[in-house]
Amino acid sequence: MFRFAGALAPWLGGLCLLCLIVGLYLGLVVAPADYEQGDSYRIIFIHVPAAWMSMFVYVVMAVSSAIFLIWRIKIADVVAVASAPIGAAFTAVALITGSFWGQPMWGTWWIWDARLTSELLLLFLYLGYLALRGALDSPQSGAKAAAILAVVGVVNIPIIHYSVEWWNTLHQPATITKFDKPSMHISMLRPLLIMVLAFQLLYFYNLMIRVRTLILEREGRAGWVAKLAGESHG
Amino acid sequence: MTPKRKQRMMLVGLMLGGVAMAVGFGVNAFKQNIMLFHSPTDVAAGTVKPGQPFRVGGMVVEGSVKRSDTDLNVYFELTDHAQTVPVSFSGILPDLFREGQGIVAMGSLDDQGTFGATEVLAKHDENYMPPEVAEALEKAGNMPGTEANYGSKTVVSP
Repeated sequence: MFRFAGALAPWLGGLCLLCLIVGLYLGLVVAPADYEQGDSYRIIFIHVPAAWMSMFVYVVMAVSSAIFLIWRIKIADVVAVASAPIGAAFTAVALITGSFWGQPMWGTWWIWDARLTSELLLLFLYLGYLALRGALDSPQSGAKAAAILAVVGVVNIPIIHYSVEWWNTLHQPATITKFDKPSMHISMLRPLLIMVLAFQLLYFYNLMIRVRTLILEREGRAGWVAKLAGESHG
Repeated sequence: MTPKRKQRMMLVGLMLGGVAMAVGFGVNAFKQNIMLFHSPTDVAAGTVKPGQPFRVGGMVVEGSVKRSDTDLNVYFELTDHAQTVPVSFSGILPDLFREGQGIVAMGSLDDQGTFGATEVLAKHDENYMPPEVAEALEKAGNMPGTEANYGSKTVVSP
């Protein structure tokens, strides 16, 4: 797993950088301005991928936590821990960029509507997961308690997703849905999808690096780690 | 799969199911409080008493916006294509405010049934397009988003 992650990381990183450059260039320079929002809409190229990833990363975290709880597979726990800060960062980016857009467009930085509130709850779930791990004395019971929190918190994901359909919110409904034609012009849609791919790669790239570090940390006493350290020093 | 693992899987499943049900019931019970705004139909049905602060959301009726020459007072009507509510507001409107645009206003009803707004927020729709495309669609009469779904999520309750 350690070697696998190490081999994959540079490829993911390189592809991610490529997608980021192409996506940002197409999104910020080539794509036309919006008919109503002018250039302010361009925050969508960061906001939407970050918001999608905030939910995707949480699902990854919840599923690997469930695997850890049921089968006690250590690597699943490593993946969950490694994902939490990345997911929290995506959530924070989505909230902050949304706030910057909300001020000129809606006329307010923040409003307690269902979408914004449930996304904020997601941020607290990530932070709570990390805090709970550290709060208990033994790492084993901390990992178990945090995994339970992660599994239970997955209930919030459909709430975030459907909040704009179930309730009246200030936040607009989804522009891109699976079954419908996206209500966005192709010249804007293309860079958005490239950015989504870039953020997806960014997550896996970071995940690989963090998983490697965590494995080294945990297996610090194992023979193969000592051998590896000897190789790089010698 | 060992019996122990099976048991743990059941436990995780039950936990998730239990929490999902609890949240489901909770969310359902607070349905009205989670709704960010009422529609003009709710207002016409008398859901809210005069003086009680709440939010109303709808489309600004074309041709209904009247601005005062001397101060910042604005009058306009909000509609959900079923009912309309007259609104008065004094202050600076957001950039996206225009006739035919969806907005959400915070305030309360006075005795005459006029909504005195203290805050007006623009509700943007999910459509994004370049200006030339918007112009072309407008000409063809195919402009999307001119009927935002304000009526569909109406709560009319005692």
